[in-house]
Amino acid sequence: MKKDNFLIGVFDDDAVLLKAVAKVRESGIRIHECYTPFPVHGLGDALGYKRSKLPIAAFLFGMLGTSLALLMQFYMLGIDWPMIIGGKNFTSIPTFFPVTFELTVLLSALGMVGTFMIISDLRPYGKAKILDLRATDDKYIMAIDLSKNNIGLDEIKKTLSGAGAIEVNEKHN
Amino acid sequence: MEVTSAVRKPLVTGGKTVHDVTVDVCRRVEDKPNITWFLALAASLGVLTIGLYSVFRTLWDGIGMWGLNKTVGWAWDITNFVWWVGIGHAGTLISAILLLFRQRWRMSINRAAEAMTIFAVICAALFPVLHMGRPWLGAYWALPLPNTFGSLWVNFNSPLLWDVFAISTYFTVSLVFWYIGLIPDFATIRDRAKGIISRTVYGALSFGWNGSARTWERYEAVALILAGLATPLVLSVHTIVSFDFATSVIPGWHTTIFPPYFVAGAIFSGFAMVLTLMLITRKVYKLEDYITINHIEMMNIIIIVTGSIVGVAYITELFMAWYSGVEYEQYAFLNRATGPYWWAYWTMMTCNVISPQLFWIKKIRTSIAATFVLSIVVNIGMWFERFVIIVTSLHRDYLPSSWAMFQPTIYDVGDYLFSIGLFFTLFFLFAKFFPVINMAEVKSIIKATSEKPAMRESGTTTQQKEEMESTSKEV
Repeated sequence: MKKDNFLIGVFDDDAVLLKAVAKVRESGIRIHECYTPFPVHGLGDALGYKRSKLPIAAFLFGMLGTSLALLMQFYMLGIDWPMIIGGKNFTSIPTFFPVTFELTVLLSALGMVGTFMIISDLRPYGKAKILDLRATDDKYIMAIDLSKNNIGLDEIKKTLSGAGAIEVNEKHN
Repeated sequence: MEVTSAVRKPLVTGGKTVHDVTVDVCRRVEDKPNITWFLALAASLGVLTIGLYSVFRTLWDGIGMWGLNKTVGWAWDITNFVWWVGIGHAGTLISAILLLFRQRWRMSINRAAEAMTIFAVICAALFPVLHMGRPWLGAYWALPLPNTFGSLWVNFNSPLLWDVFAISTYFTVSLVFWYIGLIPDFATIRDRAKGIISRTVYGALSFGWNGSARTWERYEAVALILAGLATPLVLSVHTIVSFDFATSVIPGWHTTIFPPYFVAGAIFSGFAMVLTLMLITRKVYKLEDYITINHIEMMNIIIIVTGSIVGVAYITELFMAWYSGVEYEQYAFLNRATGPYWWAYWTMMTCNVISPQLFWIKKIRTSIAATFVLSIVVNIGMWFERFVIIVTSLHRDYLPSSWAMFQPTIYDVGDYLFSIGLFFTLFFLFAKFFPVINMAEVKSIIKATSEKPAMRESGTTTQQKEEMESTSKEV
């Protein structure tokens, strides 16, 4: 197995981390990932991440819900076993609306959350890849993969400290 | 970019740091529970056990154990059902609608309110299931399954069936929304855990969360879309519940005002229940710095607004009965106010229309004792509202020969007690083993809206003001 060599910059302020990300990237160092205890707005942009496409997944799953709900109701009450209820039409869009709406919301929510879980590798008994335990408490972590950078270790360390990191640690596992 | 006005009251008091939030919330989970918690849990388990006997008899002997008769075929069961569903609405309003409106005061109360929603919906679902009489056959009546005589399906034109879809979707989406928010907080508890059991359990619950920027980015997208989905969902649920009545031809039920009137009533009673629970929780867990008087006042303002909407709806109903010129409709409302159930009607009017108006007085709306008492009064009133709508409309049939009264039996009371015992048992377990405050969200606002220790002592200086403005811009 490939050994991981990480350099961990620990920050104690989200605003400092945001500026540091820009500074570190400017100096040509590739950042592996940042870990924060809460969503820091603008961090994704600073790291150069594209916007999540999950809303599209939600929309498509929602459409699937709408279609399945309408197909189900029209098939059951219109084709398979039409029922005479007070002499009304066998099928009618207005009375099929509530169930269609509910199934749209249900499939959209479950589909989107399922997609989120899969692409983010979140699963029960999933092993968390943790570089610093304090990242879920009050510290903001910047991880730099040393194997993907060909800049000298000391220079990276200096850049991180210069950008406001309170600690710079090496992590090998 | 968000800028918080310097005149806004701090959302978190006591000069808390990000680390303090972790410690204050995790400590409740990590420490051994205190005696108060054990007593509270024992009391709710006691109520649950008494109720369990009654539920057993209801299932074993059938719903003939209830006080229903040929005229009044719906009574406490549906009253309890609508009451519990209504209570659930506050959680979704706080977590979804207030998220869309960027109301940041929601952040320290949304976790507990959502938990309350889920438990309330479980309690609500209990009653239609019991009313089926033979719930083991219920799947054929409630779900689109072909029956054994052919392929006769459920009737998609029936509001009762819409209810099945509405309540189950509402429950599922609320549960998912709640759980997604819990994952980062479970990870915080996992990373602090010392024992092997807690590390394993919270490790499994946290789904391998590590707080990476990419996951947070997706998490925020998911939370926003879920809020967008939950908002129409929560409005649809009580709308559909009100259709159970509004689509019938019973005087007093057959009104188009029901959907908005039910939704407002649901939020009204839900906030009252949130207040009842939060006032106890903040006291027992010493969370006064997170759930401040400011939060309580905000919730009380929502109670005034929704309570007033409910009051207007009551008066509109009376006006429409008179203005419609329909004799049956007029009689139904006259009978509500002056008939044999006049006491229920006036309890409802006093608790729901008059008592919340006391919150116009600032002293009352910022008083913890008054809020606690009034929150319970509102919930009693909202229970009576459903009782009045259901029983008084039914007990005077079109044929005077079938006029009847409804007397609850001890099994009606016992099943209700069961739901109350279940609700509080679940809530107390939640309060012990789950983080009662959304740590990640509160941490995200701590810099911009927390009370600064220096400010409390010397008042704001110009320099601090500039500092605050610059930090809030960065957030």
